Amino acid sequence: MLSVENVRSAYGRIEVLHGVTLHVDAGEIVTLIGANGAGKTTLMHAISGVQPVTDGTMKFEGRSIGQLSAHARVEAGISQVPEGRQVFEPLSVKDNLRLGAWRRRSADLRQDLAHVIELFPMLEAFMEKPAGTLSGGQQQMLAIGRALMAKPRLLLLDEPSMGLAPKLVDQVLAVIRSLKDEGLTILLVEQNAGAALAIADRAYVLETGKVTLSGAAADIHRDRRVQEAYLGI
Amino acid sequence: MAELLQFISSGLTVGAIYALVALGFTLIYKASDIINFAQGEFVMLGGMTTVFVAMAGVPLPLAALIAVVATTATGLALHRFAIEPARGASPVVLIMITIGASIFLRGVAQIVFDRRFHSLPPLLGADPIQLGGAAILPQSLVVLASATAIVTLLWLFVDRTLLGKAVIATAANRLAARLIGVDTRRVVALSFGISAAIGAVAGILITPIALTSYDAGTLLALKGFAAAMLGGIGSAAGAVVGGVLIGLMEAFAAGYVSSNYKDAVAFLIILVVLISIPQGLFGRAKVERV
Repeated sequence: MLSVENVRSAYGRIEVLHGVTLHVDAGEIVTLIGANGAGKTTLMHAISGVQPVTDGTMKFEGRSIGQLSAHARVEAGISQVPEGRQVFEPLSVKDNLRLGAWRRRSADLRQDLAHVIELFPMLEAFMEKPAGTLSGGQQQMLAIGRALMAKPRLLLLDEPSMGLAPKLVDQVLAVIRSLKDEGLTILLVEQNAGAALAIADRAYVLETGKVTLSGAAADIHRDRRVQEAYLGI
Repeated sequence: MAELLQFISSGLTVGAIYALVALGFTLIYKASDIINFAQGEFVMLGGMTTVFVAMAGVPLPLAALIAVVATTATGLALHRFAIEPARGASPVVLIMITIGASIFLRGVAQIVFDRRFHSLPPLLGADPIQLGGAAILPQSLVVLASATAIVTLLWLFVDRTLLGKAVIATAANRLAARLIGVDTRRVVALSFGISAAIGAVAGILITPIALTSYDAGTLLALKGFAAAMLGGIGSAAGAVVGGVLIGLMEAFAAGYVSSNYKDAVAFLIILVVLISIPQGLFGRAKVERV
């Protein structure tokens, strides 16, 4: 569904992605694990088209997306829940969700809003409240809900568990699993490697801008180096 | 008492104009972090274009409409041909581009129009209305009513339409706005267009009272900028309050001190704000999250 080949990207003259290759098949949860500064967020930004790519190709559903603008990629079916949630703080929860469907704003959104509330019942009570007043966990739910409003086929999740209480982490992971059951394809970036590997089908390990290991999530979980470096075992 | 009323009425009138100029600054700043120093030239273009189109025999309301459309087109062109090609440059570079654009527009106005002062006939006649001993110009009421209408329309736009909310979203978090599929370039273009239109209307409204010329925009831009600073740059409510306050203070300074010092008020306010309340009355200090 998504294939990234030899993608390079740089901030100014400093290259942070040195030719990354990975693919995500339809219906999968693929996780990308790696330390801080490995280039995970840069790669997510490159896939969404908000970070320029200096080399390599990206294809989504067989179609090259390298030249598409960020909004055209949303239209094509790729949505991202950015790291740190990034909800629109001054706007109400409802407006955040409505804006999530910006590229299909003429559509009837009632069903989609209802669906998001079904996934995150806690949001209903806050619909008219500014998103900035929500707790971190609620903002994360909102950020995921906002991305879903675009009706993506591929969801990019960047560190959804970051800064959340353990109970909320479980809740977010449960939602990710149920989204997969609905048929959504997911690329998940996580520092919480244990949790990510537990729900993923396949995994890639990204180290200083290169994929150093890939395979079935269970195999990666058993890998000695991964256990030492990312799982603290 | 009559004196005070007189000062208040003239202060509110120019204050409303400053508020509109400040709103132009605010809108572009919110959408793009750019302080557009060509904002004053939008005001000048509104007034001067109306004057010259009217001189060519076009009825005044139509001339004003043509001026607003032409100025809006100028604002969009400024974005398309000067700001957009420099995308990715630092805000300081973009601000310098707007200063260059301001000088350029003044130069073009000098050639296309002329170097003389011009006025327009007031919309509701020139006979002052007597109120509590003060003589209030009917044009003052036109200015206040129009400014109120523009502020209300702008508020309705951002509060009631999804496009307006996309503008707020872009201002609040540009990355997130791009990730949900907002074409932020178009939002910035829109902010230039609206700011230019508001500036043009301000220029048309003030011309019957204060005259206009090819370089009338410079001082108005500085005062509008002072108003935006006083209110807190980036705050629309602050821009309106700041504009009215500066207008009033100017009128009091001119009335009670000397009209020679009238123009110094805005500069004094810029200094005081920068030294004592850099975030302005309505602004929030920027908090960097780590």
